[in-house]
Amino acid sequence: MPLLEVNNLTVSLDISAGPARAVRGLNLSLEKGETLGIVGESGCGKSMTALALMGLLPENGTTSGKILLGGENLPDKSEAEMCQIRGNRIAMIFQEPMTSLNPVHTVGRQIMEPLRLHRGLSKAEAFTQAVRLLDRVGLPNPEERVHAYPHQLSGGQRQRVMIAIALSCSPDILIADEPTTALDVTIQDQILELIQSLVDEEGMALILISHDLGIIAENTQKVAVMYGGTVVESGTTDQIFAHLTHPYTQGLFAAMPKLGTGRNGRLVTIAGTVPDLINLPAGCTFTDRCPLASDICQNTAPAPSDMQDNHLVACHHLAEAIKGQSKGLYK
Amino acid sequence: MSISSSNSFLSRCAHSRSFVVGGTITAFLLLCALVSLFWTPGEVIDIVIKNRFFPPSSAHWLGTDQFGRDILSLLMSGTQNSITVGVVAVSIGLFAGVSLGLLASAQRGWIEEMIMRFSDFSFAFPAILSAIMITAILGPGGVNSIIAIGIYNIPVFARLTRGSANAIWAREYVMAARASGKDKFRITIEHILPNILSILIVQATIQFAIAILAEAALSYLGLGTQPPFPSWGRMLNEAQTLMFLQPMQAVYPGAAIAFAVFGLNLLGDGLRDVLDPRLSRKR
Repeated sequence: MPLLEVNNLTVSLDISAGPARAVRGLNLSLEKGETLGIVGESGCGKSMTALALMGLLPENGTTSGKILLGGENLPDKSEAEMCQIRGNRIAMIFQEPMTSLNPVHTVGRQIMEPLRLHRGLSKAEAFTQAVRLLDRVGLPNPEERVHAYPHQLSGGQRQRVMIAIALSCSPDILIADEPTTALDVTIQDQILELIQSLVDEEGMALILISHDLGIIAENTQKVAVMYGGTVVESGTTDQIFAHLTHPYTQGLFAAMPKLGTGRNGRLVTIAGTVPDLINLPAGCTFTDRCPLASDICQNTAPAPSDMQDNHLVACHHLAEAIKGQSKGLYK
Repeated sequence: MSISSSNSFLSRCAHSRSFVVGGTITAFLLLCALVSLFWTPGEVIDIVIKNRFFPPSSAHWLGTDQFGRDILSLLMSGTQNSITVGVVAVSIGLFAGVSLGLLASAQRGWIEEMIMRFSDFSFAFPAILSAIMITAILGPGGVNSIIAIGIYNIPVFARLTRGSANAIWAREYVMAARASGKDKFRITIEHILPNILSILIVQATIQFAIAILAEAALSYLGLGTQPPFPSWGRMLNEAQTLMFLQPMQAVYPGAAIAFAVFGLNLLGDGLRDVLDPRLSRKR
């Protein structure tokens, strides 16, 4: 039995214009110690998936489908039971380290809180543990920094503190939602390396959410590419990057800026914008922007087909897409 | 790294002119109240009619009233009354209002709706009118007027708390706290309350001034503090019939009320500058 299994997860947000279907029919599975990347552009449902896993959707959000953690269905749990799971068995790191810490408490206190809450440690024990954790996430002078307030730390240091908090109770799964987007590039790499080494040491499973294919390629074993609330392509990281198949995945890859295109080289884009989640097209959500789109795409949603060893791609025009790999579908 | 938050806090206090002036006036009022507990220059309770309407002299700095009581002593003892009313009424409002506001903000849904609509309902009545209504039900008297003013304060704090708390609930660190498994009660105590405290403190000083005014008004109408206990509002009431004979009789308590309210409002402004510099920078 996998550690985490998500079956047919649907998230809809009730907004004034009608129900917005942020995630539709999502399937994921994660083994102990495995790392999964979720990649896609803004508004594709990455973060909503993460919040649904934590049971922290906004009040107007509803889910259906199953989220099985060790065989237990999380949506069936009461709020009190979820409080036992959050921070203890599933922990999360957020995008904005600048605002994810409470400005009125010292960082030490904020690391101690989950330890006292979930592990029942005494104040003194939790304090020793907090210093140890700060040392572990590579903050210099942890004995002093434990007394610092968030505004006295830099963005990278704060993200290290957030990681220390997430790690404090040795969760089974760590969800990192764009953990480095708000940091500058030199720090990004350090933080990702830190997450990677801690995940290895602790044997945790990692769900890394990002819009950056480079980060996903370097840090994960499996990838799910999301578009318009559904997974359009999934498989192992090696499979996906060796055979970029779905037209959207190819587009994402082509849109990465490359060195050496010269002064007059234009950046490749995928024309159009993400679909309106309230009025989703009946067929494939990528139809409006896809260079291969035809009539069938308009009306029928494609079922995922297995290319090879569980490399799943949801597209009606697989043959043309594969042909497009060498020529390039986007100019 | 040394943390010098207490130093910078004190220096910010010293740099805020309204804080210094307002704080000094408030401290002076507290001192008057404290001294009058043990000593007043003249008699406050006993009536000696032959001493009435003495002009200001070295024995009676501000003269005496129509019952022969020393006006300065009455003013000093009246401070006690005003401060007691302010402290108790604001405490009632603060405790009940903040609890309701935090509850509304944490639970949302129909609980929030009910608390807020109830607040709106009580806001529809002017302060003094609801105070009169409550004293009419409970009967006039010092304690009842305090309760009435306290009850009036509840929706003021409930609204403010709920509004500010809702803004904090939307912050990322609250989401992070939820993700670490804290329940709503813990988040309210550990994250919401500390972050809205400065706003509440500022509002409390303003409500303190309003409470003093309201008590004076109730006493003036005969619904507040009862004789023989001295109160600024009752002094005004008693001076009313003598307005044209002895105008200064009304001026002294009136000035005392204005002085106290002015001082507390300045202190409130100053505290806001000191505790939450973001709020004042815009002006």
